[in-house]
Amino acid sequence: MIANQLPRSLADNPRLDAWIGFDAPGQVRIATGKVELGQGVLTTIAQIAAEELDVALRRLRLVSGDTGEGPNEGYTAGSYSVENSGGALRIVCAEVRALFLERAATLLDCAAQELDVEDGAFRRDGRPTGFDYWRLAGDIDLSREATGGAAPKPVAAYRLVGHSQPRTDLPDKIGGGAFIHDMRMPDLLHARVLRQAWRGAELGALDERALHRAARRPIEILREGSFLALLGADEASVEAAAAVAREKAAWSGGERPPDEAAEAGWLMAQPAAERVIAEGEPAEAGERIEATYSRGFIAHASIGPSCALAHWDGTRLDVWTHSQGVYPLRQSLARALGLDPVAVAVRHRQAAGCYGHNGADDAAFDAALLAMRRPGRTVRVQWTRADELTAAPFGAPMAVRLGAALGPQGRPAGWSLDIWSAPHGQRPGMHGAVNLIGAEALSGAPSRVPPGDVPDANGFGSARNAFAPYDLRAQRIVTHFLAGHPVRTSSLRGLGAFANVFAIESFIDELAEAAGQDPVAYRLSLLPDPRARATIEAVAAMAGWSPDAPAGEGTAKGIGFSRYKNKAAYMAAIAEVELDEEVRVARLWCAVDAGLVVNPDGAANQVEGGIVQATSWTLKESVRFREGRAGCTQWDTYPILRFSEVPAVEIRFMDMASEPPLGLGEVAQGPTAAAIGNAVARALGARIRDLPLSRERIIAALM
Amino acid sequence: MSEAAPLMVRFTVNGRSVEVDAAGDVPLLAVLRGDLGLTGSRFGCGLEQCGACMVLVDGAPAYACSRPAWSVADRSVATIEDVGRDPVLAALKQAFLDEQAGQCGYCLSGIVMSARALLAREPSPDRAAVVAALDRHLCRCGVHNRIVRAVQRAAAHLAAEGAAA
Ligand code: FES
Ligand code: FES
Repeated sequence: MIANQLPRSLADNPRLDAWIGFDAPGQVRIATGKVELGQGVLTTIAQIAAEELDVALRRLRLVSGDTGEGPNEGYTAGSYSVENSGGALRIVCAEVRALFLERAATLLDCAAQELDVEDGAFRRDGRPTGFDYWRLAGDIDLSREATGGAAPKPVAAYRLVGHSQPRTDLPDKIGGGAFIHDMRMPDLLHARVLRQAWRGAELGALDERALHRAARRPIEILREGSFLALLGADEASVEAAAAVAREKAAWSGGERPPDEAAEAGWLMAQPAAERVIAEGEPAEAGERIEATYSRGFIAHASIGPSCALAHWDGTRLDVWTHSQGVYPLRQSLARALGLDPVAVAVRHRQAAGCYGHNGADDAAFDAALLAMRRPGRTVRVQWTRADELTAAPFGAPMAVRLGAALGPQGRPAGWSLDIWSAPHGQRPGMHGAVNLIGAEALSGAPSRVPPGDVPDANGFGSARNAFAPYDLRAQRIVTHFLAGHPVRTSSLRGLGAFANVFAIESFIDELAEAAGQDPVAYRLSLLPDPRARATIEAVAAMAGWSPDAPAGEGTAKGIGFSRYKNKAAYMAAIAEVELDEEVRVARLWCAVDAGLVVNPDGAANQVEGGIVQATSWTLKESVRFREGRAGCTQWDTYPILRFSEVPAVEIRFMDMASEPPLGLGEVAQGPTAAAIGNAVARALGARIRDLPLSRERIIAALM
Repeated sequence: MSEAAPLMVRFTVNGRSVEVDAAGDVPLLAVLRGDLGLTGSRFGCGLEQCGACMVLVDGAPAYACSRPAWSVADRSVATIEDVGRDPVLAALKQAFLDEQAGQCGYCLSGIVMSARALLAREPSPDRAAVVAALDRHLCRCGVHNRIVRAVQRAAAHLAAEGAAA
């Protein structure tokens, strides 16, 4: 650990007391800007803090995602939490521990090195000194900036970090009260908001009497432009009226997406901003191999539809949300509602699993706007299943075209990769836009700012993992960015990595085949990074990979590899598929190198969850548009992987505890898709290059 | 507008007798979460397609989201909040924690209720039986394999205790 290089989160929030406090006896307040999305981050961060402070985990009170308290760490996204928030807290806690020990040493008239800490109590030669953090808390002013001067513990001294810890939040989640959906406030006003059929769609006249008739108890109808909300004290009545409104609403104008808005051919024909990310080298003479791969729209499909609460007292707006970024949301809300951001308090409350920019922020705007229209009441907005599946931003459709020629020993030469992609980042505040759908529906809403791609410094958007990790001399990489794509798309777990890794790893298999080489051996011969090679070798051993396995016989194994963002965790996966008219992934093995793994069981849970979700994306998921509308209004029309379809999963973490932790929350998406795609190509004897590998596509390939 | 007349129905929830207004086909889930404050049963779709709302009605799994509250008149409803009274539910919850069978946890209450009904029927289910019993439940976080192991772990624990219902 380099002491003088502060992690980004700490450079942005340098004061120690933004992160830590000893406010109550026997307790430590640890604040983080990162929020619990179901990924277990709060447990991991608690482990890191408790380790450096030498206090028991149970003494920590975690404050998370509150604009009134705690650091601003932007969004909880991109697998950065352990690196940034964990990295900041490691330095902060080490420094705080050192400050306290120094003070204790002065009082005891000894050297700080003679003291150690046992569950917050300072000891000398193993005997109590009578001092602890809480007794000395008044002596030490934490309203100072971190210097990064205290050395954190060496890995060898870890007692908590690197050992599995049960999730602190899980017990409450098997039961009631843990979620934002469960918050109850006096004088609650329930609300439903009608979602525009497509972007810019204008709502026609609506028979308000029919809505009132549908409600059993009194409701209010609030309409501003194409923003229509139903409010009332009785939730069932509000929902009944909303159901009628959804059915009767007539929409016109706006940007109706065409049915083929996710197809590779359509994407490649759209006007796009071209950007050369890497120049590459002139195309090699010799026979060029080219292939184009694609993915469609993927829905976040969280099990709990979005929910938010808000209260306006005439001067101050309080918002409760499951957003991934309370500070950026506050800025956008304030801007859209014409408020000073300091008049807005945004607090994170937990919800169902979140895998990217879903409907949470939009629901928060709905609630905030309605609260301002009904001062003094707490407004609770609950999205429906159809809202969640169709109105939340989608994961962006992409087409990826690869080309190379085979050089000496079958090595690829003249490698090129072209990406056509809809935007991967339209979060609140990004690219100078408000980016809240409720605000877009209001009359007089400002015209939309065309989005940009996710900045390179954030690990790229459409070009995430576009750099193949192989020794290719030079690669040519070009993005064709579709800022004007009519469908609202944004960040979904892995961003461009899902399609890029699927494409690159499929193409490597195709080249291996053309070169007459085994896909595992071929990769190993092209990979310069020893850690990458080691994960591939590990997974090949786990799965009993055999170079002479027969192809075209209905069952086969396939491999996929990537290092997430080319700088986070490594993962190599092997899938075993069985195939008739449908694909069944029977087993999936993977080896992950994530450096030091803070909470091994939590990490395994995350990786396996990613594998299962990516299997679902790969086999089943894509949203179809018909007459401008997303056709995925229910689980029936947007099926996801079920218990009976989930593969057996075996995960091995490489023993790399001496290396810094590498983000792993999104590591599984690309390699899983690639491993399945390559296994299917072998089992089928033909390659399907468009995701998902659906029944229709398998049947078409069989004919 | 005039308010519709109430329709009072009486039933048992987790061993407690309650009386609620069930007029207008108000769903059981709304009554449980709203009127009775039992927020462990969750809203996921309202369409009988995800299982987040699963409760037991006279011991059998039932979707609370679309079932009208009046339909449970004079019946016995059990929700995840029954964990304090029901040793099998308690064993299931403990097994889920032991296996760390959860990420966001939103799907879990409903799944545990289906598992409760399974264990009443089949005290030592094999993997296939657990999968079949849970197949109508969705989990977006991908915790399926841990969940199946947790149910089998609870079954084994209960068998060892000799307490399985
Ligand atoms: S909420 Fe009842 S099945 Fe989804
Ligand atoms: S744990 Fe999140 S949906 Fe199952």
